[in-house]
Amino acid sequence: MTTFLELLVNGISIGAVYALIALGFVIIFKATEVVNFAHASLLLVGGFIVAKTHESLGFWLALLLGLAGAAALGALIEFAVIRRANVVSHSILAIVTIGVDIVLTTELTRQIGTEVLALGDPWGSEVLHIGAVNIPLARIAALVTASLVIALFLLAFKYTNWGIAMRATAEDSETAALMGVRRGRVSMGAWAVAGALAALAALFMCIFPTPGLDRTVTATAMKAFPAAILGGLDSTTGALAGGLIIGVTESLVGGYQSELVFLGRGLGDVAPFLVMIIILLIRPAGLFGTRELARV
Amino acid sequence: MNVHDPGPPGDSGLTVRDLAVNYGPVTALRGVSLDVPRGAVVTVLGGNGAGKSTLLRAISGTLRFHRGGIGAGAVAFGGRRLSGASTSAVVAHGVVQVPEGRKVFARMTVEENLRAGALGARDRRAAAEARERVLTLFPVLAERARQRAGLLSGGEQQMLAIGRALMARPKMLLLDEPTLGLAPMMALRIADTVREINAQGTTVLLVEQNAALALSLAGHAYVLEVGRVVLSGPAAELAESDEVRRRYLGIGDDRDEALLSGAPSIRPALTRWTA
Repeated sequence: MTTFLELLVNGISIGAVYALIALGFVIIFKATEVVNFAHASLLLVGGFIVAKTHESLGFWLALLLGLAGAAALGALIEFAVIRRANVVSHSILAIVTIGVDIVLTTELTRQIGTEVLALGDPWGSEVLHIGAVNIPLARIAALVTASLVIALFLLAFKYTNWGIAMRATAEDSETAALMGVRRGRVSMGAWAVAGALAALAALFMCIFPTPGLDRTVTATAMKAFPAAILGGLDSTTGALAGGLIIGVTESLVGGYQSELVFLGRGLGDVAPFLVMIIILLIRPAGLFGTRELARV
Repeated sequence: MNVHDPGPPGDSGLTVRDLAVNYGPVTALRGVSLDVPRGAVVTVLGGNGAGKSTLLRAISGTLRFHRGGIGAGAVAFGGRRLSGASTSAVVAHGVVQVPEGRKVFARMTVEENLRAGALGARDRRAAAEARERVLTLFPVLAERARQRAGLLSGGEQQMLAIGRALMARPKMLLLDEPTLGLAPMMALRIADTVREINAQGTTVLLVEQNAALALSLAGHAYVLEVGRVVLSGPAAELAESDEVRRRYLGIGDDRDEALLSGAPSIRPALTRWTA
């Protein structure tokens, strides 16, 4: 039971981090109808900035810089690539983002090399003991911060003019333009917010119990992709649910892997994709999605 | 009322001069000119594919959403050039379009739709006033404020679409077939509303297939056919003209007689169909 509780809390915590990434995916898709395969590189850039600056600036300032840097890079990609590419189909733009991702990731992994970079977070490797349940402080911090940020984001999405402009554009961009909404601003804003969310996720993916930021973090980040897809690519609620489902699945399957050994090792890494496939077989548009993926 | 009166200089309404619009290789408008003086209601009549919606797109700057562009000519409002401006700049200049088919944001509430309408105008107090005015005009929108717009009836959606446009406090309202698909009673209700909006000082350009209704509302009318203005004049005169009566009002001579004596352009088309 103790193990189960520990795994569950860990799963929810990592799930909340996946949800941050998936939310970014979803708002980019809603605002520009582009599936952003460059998302993992945004995450890597955010984490990299924090890793390289925390010693001189201190952790919090470095984190702020990482968030701003990833947001700026997101906005830049939108402005320099997505907006200029005058193409007919959004699937072509999705492939363009793969190109952007390869360029950015190649350069960053070259910079990182074989190192494992610490992010200088204040939580260290402390473990919180609640009864018999042991949870690393870093995971609690991830859970609390991610929940707060997601709540803030959803409130802004629902109640601010920014959110209304986003949703109006997502639903019908021509009619939104007739209301005086500037599409360029909306989509640039979406990319910037997605970048900042990804940078925050980078932080929580690279602190304890993970040793630090290394070149493999993009592969971990791609697990948020099934989270966004199974929730429904155009649903913020879906991103949230998808993130939690993937996080908990991964954690539980990974934790009980010794009892599932007949299925082979490393099942925890595969399970999220299995869950995605099963859910898509039943609901092709994802749990909360309205548009089928054929649209992509 | 003299609808040709251009008004004081610098305060002119909408002018469209020799406008040509293409969608790639397809020409949709050829040399269209028309005037909507300040404070007037002007209607543009025409069948499907005559170019009515294209005209409104050219004015509101939404041609690019349909891969179209202005080939020649100019559109101006109050002395400012609108052709070439972005849609948000057109809205900022006070020209706001109610799209064909209502196009309410179905997944958003009525309240949120109205807020979306005010996004172009960043003045909060003005937005509150506009909201007041819209809810006075359409009390039903206040009753349904928290409902999803997609759940409203067709007539209510049209009211919401008009109300949403009014949230931007337009000097000029472009209406694209506001009575399309509505029950006759509701169409009359919308017509009354358009009259009221105009009486409150908003200039109106109304595009309609329902010619009888449009001619009763407008001071001046234009008839578009295959991208050209083929007729124009005071609405009352047009309503009396044989051609308009026959083609757009469905009154006049017997049908067969109309075919025999009517425009020769109809006959080859008919033989082609039966061949």
